Amino acid sequence: MTTQETRNVQSGRLDQSEYEENFSDLHPLLSRHEALVESDRCYFCYDAPCVTACPTGIDIPMFIRQISADNPKGSAKTIFQQNILGGMCARVCPTETLCEEACVREAAEGKPVKIGQLQRYATDILIREADAHPFSRAPSTGKKIAVVGAGPAGLSCAHRLAMHGHDVTIYEAQSKGGGLSEYGIAAYKSVDDFAQKELQFILEIGGIEIKTGQRLGADVSVDQLSSEFDAVFLGIGLANVNALGLEGEDAAGSEDAVDYIANLRQASDLSSLPVGRHIVVIGGGMTAIDVATQAKLLGAEDVTIAYRRGQDAMNASAYEQELAQTHGVTIRHWLQPKALKRRDDGTISGIELEYTQQSNGSLSGTGETVTLRADQVFKAIGQKFDGGPLEGSGIALDGGRIKTDDERKTSLANVWAGGDCVHSGEDLTVVSVEDGKIAAESIHAALSA
Amino acid sequence: MADISTNFLGIKSPNPFWLASAPPTDKAYNVERAFEAGWGGVVWKTLGEAGPPVVNVNGPRYGAIYGPDRRLMGLNNIELITDRDLEINLKEITEVKERWPDRAMIVSLMVPCEERAWESILKRVDETGADGIELNFGCPHGMSERGMGSAVGQVPEYIEMVARWCKQYTELPVIVKLTPNITDIRYPARAAKDGGADAVSLINTINSIVSVDLDQLAPVPTIDGKGSHGGYCGPAVKPIAMNMVAEIARDSHTHGLPISGIGGISTWRDAAEFIALGCGTVQVCTAAMTYGFKIVTEMAEGLSDWMDEKGYASISDFQGMAVPNVSDWQHLNLNYVTKARIDQDSCIKCGRCHIACEDTSHQAITNIVNGERMFEVIDEECVGCNLCVNVCPVEDCITMEPISGTDPRTNLPVDPNYANWTTHPNNPAVADAAE
Ligand SMILES: Cc1cc2nc3c(=O)[nH]c(=O)nc-3n(C[C@H](O)[C@H](O)[C@H](O)COP(=O)(O)O)c2cc1C
Ligand code: SF4
Repeated sequence: MTTQETRNVQSGRLDQSEYEENFSDLHPLLSRHEALVESDRCYFCYDAPCVTACPTGIDIPMFIRQISADNPKGSAKTIFQQNILGGMCARVCPTETLCEEACVREAAEGKPVKIGQLQRYATDILIREADAHPFSRAPSTGKKIAVVGAGPAGLSCAHRLAMHGHDVTIYEAQSKGGGLSEYGIAAYKSVDDFAQKELQFILEIGGIEIKTGQRLGADVSVDQLSSEFDAVFLGIGLANVNALGLEGEDAAGSEDAVDYIANLRQASDLSSLPVGRHIVVIGGGMTAIDVATQAKLLGAEDVTIAYRRGQDAMNASAYEQELAQTHGVTIRHWLQPKALKRRDDGTISGIELEYTQQSNGSLSGTGETVTLRADQVFKAIGQKFDGGPLEGSGIALDGGRIKTDDERKTSLANVWAGGDCVHSGEDLTVVSVEDGKIAAESIHAALSA
Repeated sequence: MADISTNFLGIKSPNPFWLASAPPTDKAYNVERAFEAGWGGVVWKTLGEAGPPVVNVNGPRYGAIYGPDRRLMGLNNIELITDRDLEINLKEITEVKERWPDRAMIVSLMVPCEERAWESILKRVDETGADGIELNFGCPHGMSERGMGSAVGQVPEYIEMVARWCKQYTELPVIVKLTPNITDIRYPARAAKDGGADAVSLINTINSIVSVDLDQLAPVPTIDGKGSHGGYCGPAVKPIAMNMVAEIARDSHTHGLPISGIGGISTWRDAAEFIALGCGTVQVCTAAMTYGFKIVTEMAEGLSDWMDEKGYASISDFQGMAVPNVSDWQHLNLNYVTKARIDQDSCIKCGRCHIACEDTSHQAITNIVNGERMFEVIDEECVGCNLCVNVCPVEDCITMEPISGTDPRTNLPVDPNYANWTTHPNNPAVADAAE
C-alpha cells in the first residue's frame, strides 16, 4: 500500500436500532400454525434417515408427530431424552448437512422438513412453559463425579450422570457456564441469553454443582480430581488457536477471531465494540464465517474472507457461506496470507495474499500476490488443543488431542473425555453432546459394576 | 403422572389402547411386536370354526382415500376372518398370553349361527387362558354372504340369541362387536345387553366402494376386472363411530353398558374423545396399519400428559363426562346467538372464508375494505353458521363469539334466557297446543 490511510477502527458505527435489528434472531421461532403446517409434512418414515443422520440419534419423526398431534412438550421430552442440549442444537446445528440433508423430502422435492426449526419450536415451549424439569433422578448412588468444563460435552455428561443418581461437580474456568454456547456461537443464533437459560434448565434436574473460575492445571489438577472423585470427565475443548506465523501478528489490528467473538457475546452494549472499516478474515470454517458476518453487522464497510483452497474444501457449510454472502461478506478462494502490512505507528493497514494452486493434492503459492486494505485482520485458521493442563497426568494424546476409546475412556483409569478435546467426529455442539452422553453411560456402567 | 391403566369387565391392561381384531393381531409374531411396543391389549384376528380355514383373494385387498400429501384418511378392505388354521391360532394365543400376563388378550370369534358351533369353539377358547371374547357380528363383506358377520349383526334377535349361548357356555366376559351397517345402532346394542353380553365394541367397518378405476370401470381394489364392496375404516369413519357410541351411551336401555370404542382412532386426542363419550377402552387398526406399532408411545404419553394438565388422575375421572352434553336438536338453546370474528393478525388472506360464504351461504364476509384485500364479517348478514371457521386453514383465526344486546341481523333483542324449539312460536306443535 503506497498511500497510508489513517487507521479506522471504531465503535458505535450504527444507530442503536440497527444493532438491534442486525443481531436479532436469525430464524425467529415458528408460530403454532407454522409448526403445525410444517409438522404435517413429515412422512413418519420407518427407520428414518434423519434419525440416522443425527449424531445424538433424536427420534425425529416421533417428535414431529407429537408436534402435529399438538403435544409440543411431549415432543420436547422426546428430543431431550437423546440430547439435553436440544434447544441449542436446534439453533446451531448445521442441519443442512445433517438431518435435513437426509430428509426424504429433500430428495423428493428439494425441500426437507424444517427439522431444526421444529425442534426449536418444541424445546422452546418446554423450557419456557414447563412447571417442572422433564426428567427425575434415580435414587442416589452416593457416587461423586468431577466434570471439567461446563460446555456442551460437560453439561450433557453431567445431566445424564445426575439422572442416574450420581452427584456431579463441574469445574469451569470461565466465570459462566455454557462453554462455546455462551462464548463462541454467533450472537444472532442464540439471542435472549439462551445459553444461560439452557444451563439453568439442565441444572434443574438437581445433583449438579458448578464451580466457576476453576481452571484445570492452575486451580485443580487431574490427579487431585481423580483422588477425590469416583470418576472424572474432561470436556475442556480447544484452548489454543493456530497462528499465522507472520511478522506483526501482535500488532494492533491483528485479531484472534475466537476472542473477538467471545467479547462480542459478552458485551452488554454492542455499540461499544470497536470494528474496522476494512476487514480481512483468514480461514474457511465456521469461525471465519461467524466473525466476518458479525463484523459486517457491526458496521464494517467491507469484509473479505480469504481462504487458501477452493470453495468445496471450506469447512463452513454451503448454507453458512451463503449466509455470510447475503450479509455482504466477500469470499475469495485460493489466497494464502503472505505478509501483514503496517503503518508507521505499527498498526495493521493491510495484508498481502499470495495466490495458490493445487497440484497432485498439494497446495503451493504461485508467486503472484494481491494486497487488501485492512484495519483489522482476523485469524480464524483453527483452534488447537492445549495439552498443558494435562502435563504429568499420564493421559495419552492422539493427533494432538486426548485419546479415547469408543466409550470415551482415556488411557487413565477412571478418567473419560469428550467434546472438541477428543477426535470423535466433527467439532460440533451436537457431537460433543453425544460424547458427553456416551461417556456418562460408560461411567455409570463402570460405577454400577 | 396420571394412571392410564384400565379395568374393563375385570380385564386389566396397562393402558386403554388395544389393537382391534384385524391383520395386526393375526399371529403371535405381530402381537408380540405390539406388546413390545407398549400396546395394552389385543383382540386377536377373528377365528372361525375348526376345519379347513377360509381363503382370501389373491389379488389386492385394500383401497384407500387420501387427504392432502397422500395422508391416508380412509382404508377399505375385502379381507375375511383369519385364513390360518384354528389349532395354530389357539396354540399361539395360549403361548402369547402366558408370556404377557399383564396385557389384555381377547379372542374374536365368528362361527355359523348354530348353538353347537358356538359351544365347541368356546370350549377351545377357554383353554387358552384368554381374558375375554369378542363376537364379530360386524364383518360386512364375504362372511356376511355366508350368513355370518354383519348378517347376524343386522338382526337384533340373532345377536341376543348368540350372546345368550355364549354366556351359557363360557365364564369369560363377552363383548359383542357391532356393525355400523344398520339404521339405528341402539337396537343391536339393546339386543346384546338383553342377551347378557357384558359389553359392546364398535364400530366394525362400513360398507364402501372406495373408488372406481376409471380405466377398467370397476371398483377398487379390482380383482381381474371386478370389485366387491369392502369395509371402510380409518380417520374418515371416526365421526360415524363416535355418534354411534354416544347413541348407546345415552340410550336409557343401554346406559352404563361398557363400551370399547373403535373407528379411526389415530392419536391420543381421538382416544380421549371416545373415552369422554363413555368408552372404557379403545381399539385401533388403521392407524397401526399405516404407521406401525410405535404410535402407541405418542398415544399413551399424550393421553397421560393431557390428563395431568386437566388434573384427571385416572381414566374413570373423565370417562363418560361428555355423555350428558350430547343432546337432541330440539333441546338446543335457540337464544344463543353467535357471530363470526376474524382475527386480522393471524389472517393469512387466503379468502376461503369469503368465497364459501359468498357462493354458498349468507354473503356475510367482505373481500375488500377501503380498496384493500381484507376479510371482515358483516354482522347484519352473519347467521353464525360456522362454515368460515371450518374452511379457514388457520386454527383459531376465525372464532364464533356469543353476542348480547340487539342482533344486527334481525334487529331483535337477544333474549338472555334459554329457550328451545319445543316452546318456539313457529313450532306447529306449540301453536296446536295453544289453540
Ligand atoms: C384389513 C382389515 C381386516 C379386518 N378384519 C376384521 C376382523 O376379522 N374382525 C373384526 O371384528 N374386524 C375386522 N376389521 C375391522 C377393524 O377391527 C375395525 O373395526 C375397523 O377397521 C375400524 O377401526 P379403524 O378405523 O381404527 O380402522 C378389519 C379391518 C381391516 C382394515
Ligand atoms: S426423513 Fe424427513 S419426512 Fe422422513 S421422518 Fe425424517 S423428517 Fe420426517
